[in-house]
Amino acid sequence: MSWLLSHLLSVLIFLPLAGAAVIAFLRRGSEHLIRWVALFSSLLTFAFALGAFVGFSSTRTGMQFVEFYPWMVLPPVNYHVGVDGLSIMLILLTAFLTPLAVLTSWVSITHRVKEFFLFLLALETGMIGVFAALDLILFFLFWEAMLIPMYFLIAVWGHERRVYAAVKFILFTMAGSALMLVGILYLYNLTGTFDFPTILNHLDDARLLSAQAERWLFLAFFVAFAIKVPLFPFHTWLPDAHVEAPTAGSVILAGVLLKMGTYGLLRFCLPLFPQASQAFAPLISVLAIVGILYGALVAMVQPDLKKLVAYSSVAHLGFVVLGIFAFNVNGIEGAIYQMFNHGVSTGALFILVGMLYDRRHTRLISEFGGLATPLPVYSTFFMIVALSSLGLPMLNGFVGEFLIIVGAYRARALYAALAAVGVVLAAVYLLWMYQRVFLGKVTNEKNLRLPDCDWREKTILAVIVAVILAMGVYPKPFLSRMDRSVASVLQRLEKNRVLVTSTVSDRQAERAR
Amino acid sequence: MITVQTADLIRLLPELVLTGFAILVMLFEPFLPTGRRRLLGWFALVGVFGAGVAAVWTSLAPGLAFGGAVAADRFSLFFIYLFLLVAALTLLGSMDYLNRDNIQHGEFYALVLLATVGMCFMAASTELILIFLGLEISSLSTYILAGFKRHDPLSNEASLKYFLLGSFATAFFLYGIAFVYGLMGTTNLLVLSERLSQSSHWSGLARVALVMMFVGLAFKLSTVPFQVWTPDVYQGAPAPVTAFLSTGPKAAAFAILLRVFLGGLASAGPLSFWVIWVSAALTMCLGNLAALWQSNVKRMLAYSSIAHAGYVLVGVAAGGPEGTSSVLYYLAAYSLMNVGAFVLIAYLAGTGERWMQIDDYTGLGYERPGIAACLAVFLLSLAGIPTTAGFLAKFYLFRAAIHSHLIGLTVLAVLNSVVSVYYYLRPVVAMYMREGKTEASNAIVPWAVRAVLAVTVVGIFYLGLYPNLLAGLASLAASPLP
Repeated sequence: MSWLLSHLLSVLIFLPLAGAAVIAFLRRGSEHLIRWVALFSSLLTFAFALGAFVGFSSTRTGMQFVEFYPWMVLPPVNYHVGVDGLSIMLILLTAFLTPLAVLTSWVSITHRVKEFFLFLLALETGMIGVFAALDLILFFLFWEAMLIPMYFLIAVWGHERRVYAAVKFILFTMAGSALMLVGILYLYNLTGTFDFPTILNHLDDARLLSAQAERWLFLAFFVAFAIKVPLFPFHTWLPDAHVEAPTAGSVILAGVLLKMGTYGLLRFCLPLFPQASQAFAPLISVLAIVGILYGALVAMVQPDLKKLVAYSSVAHLGFVVLGIFAFNVNGIEGAIYQMFNHGVSTGALFILVGMLYDRRHTRLISEFGGLATPLPVYSTFFMIVALSSLGLPMLNGFVGEFLIIVGAYRARALYAALAAVGVVLAAVYLLWMYQRVFLGKVTNEKNLRLPDCDWREKTILAVIVAVILAMGVYPKPFLSRMDRSVASVLQRLEKNRVLVTSTVSDRQAERAR
Repeated sequence: MITVQTADLIRLLPELVLTGFAILVMLFEPFLPTGRRRLLGWFALVGVFGAGVAAVWTSLAPGLAFGGAVAADRFSLFFIYLFLLVAALTLLGSMDYLNRDNIQHGEFYALVLLATVGMCFMAASTELILIFLGLEISSLSTYILAGFKRHDPLSNEASLKYFLLGSFATAFFLYGIAFVYGLMGTTNLLVLSERLSQSSHWSGLARVALVMMFVGLAFKLSTVPFQVWTPDVYQGAPAPVTAFLSTGPKAAAFAILLRVFLGGLASAGPLSFWVIWVSAALTMCLGNLAALWQSNVKRMLAYSSIAHAGYVLVGVAAGGPEGTSSVLYYLAAYSLMNVGAFVLIAYLAGTGERWMQIDDYTGLGYERPGIAACLAVFLLSLAGIPTTAGFLAKFYLFRAAIHSHLIGLTVLAVLNSVVSVYYYLRPVVAMYMREGKTEASNAIVPWAVRAVLAVTVVGIFYLGLYPNLLAGLASLAASPLP
């Protein structure tokens, strides 16, 4: 038991991989067993993640569940993992969504079942590893290694243009992360270590970075994360990848992979390069708002349900970035909360669309209409999830969006006003879509005899709706765990803000002289 | 008159063993019936292992031999072991190939051994003339190996092209040596570096000599603009020979580059630095861009090997202990993945190498999961995906480059490696994402080849996850160079 406690994160990281290894040795024909092994190992991972979440102390600052083993000698790269209030949330989210992804694929994946679940579990290892790694190279390793299973998930089990979408996805991500690697190596050159906490200390102690170098480094990291988020002009890979991916792939993509971008911004960009972050904040906030409005407007006119949800992700992640670059407690906590919400709600929307696709093999809104009559249970669930996604009070989306808008308002009132327009637009595209698909008379005869949710689908949706309600009504356990981590990020920013202003005023004083 | 001492011979023991076995292979051949000539391959393999054991003995008595013409130091031993590994994998990978394509002759094995001897001399010599001899021994052997499929016009073309351009290039190298001798009165690198360090001035002629020697090597390294022969020769040569060509002689040429340009002629500093910088940049870009358009796997890998030479040059440009050791690590990792890939496609291609197009791999991932997985590992490692050797090799290389403040070149290199992902994924797409069955899936993969695949795949993951041992060896090996 004590061994388990001191190795909890490693267990979390490698348990899915062990499940994948078991699957690798199972016979190709024993598909049912493979599904159960996948479900079991992902549920077990979730149980451990929940344990870590409960055991995570909200009163301690710094990293918890830290593990440290030397790995490479020269240059020193260590297996250093740990979690704070930010990463524990995302690990929980990952571990929560993976069993759901397994369950959604239960019947819809009939083709090469073994490989599918193998890649899905390998992907989970990569994702948890990204959130837990505290060594920059270890982080990079998980970040890049995770692309391969995702690539296969999209390219083998996706829809018509799957290969194109998968290659685009992998090239976009790698292009960003290649520059990040250069940035990481440059930091190593300055500090002599890849260890993230040590680098932070080094950067604190001495003014190692010139303002110009800091900006370049910020950009090297920022572009990698902005592509992943995706922030407005870097988003073009997202609709392709989301639409072409199988349902489970979309759930993981939207639910977890996008969060890696915002996680990276919060974890690395802000603390490592506080001054550059502040210098670029206006530009990034504007891009985020463009993303919110653009994503919402484009989502409104999509004829395809999955594309609609995909573009809504662009808008939602715009909110998250806006919250992060507001640089205050409300904004950042809202952003973290919204990361989790978006994972749950948008993941759920993709699951719902996938269920419809399983029944009708189309996702065109025009093919549907009046579905509430043949599918009452399904429609109810869809309504709740849609309302959560558009931020109805009492549901989870409201808490996050509200906090972000408050944060943005404190940073700049105009941002908040524009972002609020985005909230309205979200209501427009989701409710309008709901009206066209579910309300009124059944317009297409094919839809008359569609079966409603079976027990498996009901389980998935009920769990999600329970989480949506719980997080909307009682956000405290989540927010309290973030407080310390957010405070320490803000502290770094605050300290450097003083430096910025003081150097500026020094310069002005000099000029005056 | 140089008197030969036992210590001299011990320091040359690996080369001697290899030469002896090469001669024995040729002697034995007439006594073996045609059907049993494959045994010679095993015999040659024993020779390679013998040389490995001999190298252990050499390593116990390091030092200079033959009046300072040969250095048995850690640097040369690292390369000798690398060459022996490449030679062993090539031998294992070619025995069944020769049977299949009906070109089972003993010379093949003898030539592989002799080429290895030449490569060992290239890495171990500290005397320009001897380096040149090593270059010639290995070149002449590989010219013949490239044309080993006598009845195949492509193979003939490869051999002829390689021979004509190659002899032209070695002439350049020799001419450079002649200039050096004329100017400095010596061809010994150690003496040379001493004399050069005393005179701070580099005359115009010395610069000409330096550039000429670089041109001669650049041909072997197939760096732009001396890469034109590479795709044709790599495509025409029997695939196991290509495996050998693209790794062994290339690594040997890098050994010379390190010894001569970072060692003996180090005082040329800025000139050789910029020559290497420019040729690294051009080589990476051209190799990768050209590889994007290939539909023939062999040609694609040929261009990819050009690109990899470009990456390694980044490490050479970085210089210093970090740069040198990263180059050594890269060459070892690259040898594993490239030999594995070429040997594998040699067998997938069937008799006469008929199935070499990317489309021929359609559906292979499901027809032959094990084989396809191996190929995917090689390709992903070449692309530099983490957990494989290719990633850490690039990581060390780029770290050294950043350490030497080569930020522009590093950015270019990482962007190039992103581009390369596209073409490395194309066979993967064919194997896993397209339905169908092609003749390539009927390929017979003999167990000697399976051994090659096992060694290379395990090696790739070992170097990708537990780099400490080799990285330590590489940095020890870099220590004899300044």
